[in-house]
Amino acid sequence: MELDLDVTEQNGVAVLAVKGEVDVYTAPRLREKLVELVTQGKHRIVVNLEGVEFLDSTGLGVLVGGLKRVRSHNGDLSLVCTQHRILKVFEITGLTKVFSIHDTVDAAVAE
Amino acid sequence: MDSAIELEIPARPEYVALARLVVSSLASTRRDLTDDRVDDLKVAVSEACTNAIEAHHSADSNDSVVIRCAELDDRIEIEIEDRGRGFDPDTLPQHPPVTDPDRLNFERGLGLPLIRTLVDDVLIDSSGNGTKVTMSMRCLAVDPRAARDDDLDFDFELDLDAVMEGSDRRGAEELPS
Repeated sequence: MELDLDVTEQNGVAVLAVKGEVDVYTAPRLREKLVELVTQGKHRIVVNLEGVEFLDSTGLGVLVGGLKRVRSHNGDLSLVCTQHRILKVFEITGLTKVFSIHDTVDAAVAE
Repeated sequence: MDSAIELEIPARPEYVALARLVVSSLASTRRDLTDDRVDDLKVAVSEACTNAIEAHHSADSNDSVVIRCAELDDRIEIEIEDRGRGFDPDTLPQHPPVTDPDRLNFERGLGLPLIRTLVDDVLIDSSGNGTKVTMSMRCLAVDPRAARDDDLDFDFELDLDAVMEGSDRRGAEELPS
């Protein structure tokens, strides 16, 4: 199962584009990438979930861990997502109140 | 359960996607289950299989995880059975509220709440010998007349008058003069 992770930078913010399915098999790679970014001193991160076809609670847990990590450096991690089926798992778990979720990368970077 | 499909997967993370695919493929053949509901079922199956695999890992078990899918008239039932050490679903730790900064210390434990929200009925039967999670997704009643109309949904319109005229003409031409 493929999971593509692509990092770009926009106005000093690391933008991590995630494509594919995020579950118990692929989530460790997402976790490693987030840890790597924080280790490199990237404490403002936008995770673009527009290319994600599937995400379960394992993926949610990794994103929560990423948010905790950047906040410990006074940073922030926000999300880009407009897909109903992905937003639904954030809504059910109440995590829409924990993450800033935007419609576009530009809006997330400008936050 | 009269199983339409029974699938055994090795208790390894790379097989969860296969379980999702099989169950969602079966569910998506039902015209009385919307795409949104099939997506909900995919997440629920993924959560239950992930828990089962983790249970086997904790118990050092090499057994397979068993997934059974039964198609009934009014619902789809999915059973996911593991051979882990079991747990008491009523004594799982509660997460702090999302507004509490301590919430970020909890990366796990969202699977069962998601399952309970996404499917219509959940039964958890757990003992020291393993856990069986039975999930039901109710299907909408389909009006049989509507189904027949859909079956007759041709891509073209049949001009009955023209056909009858042609038939009459041919009939006239074929009649011996």
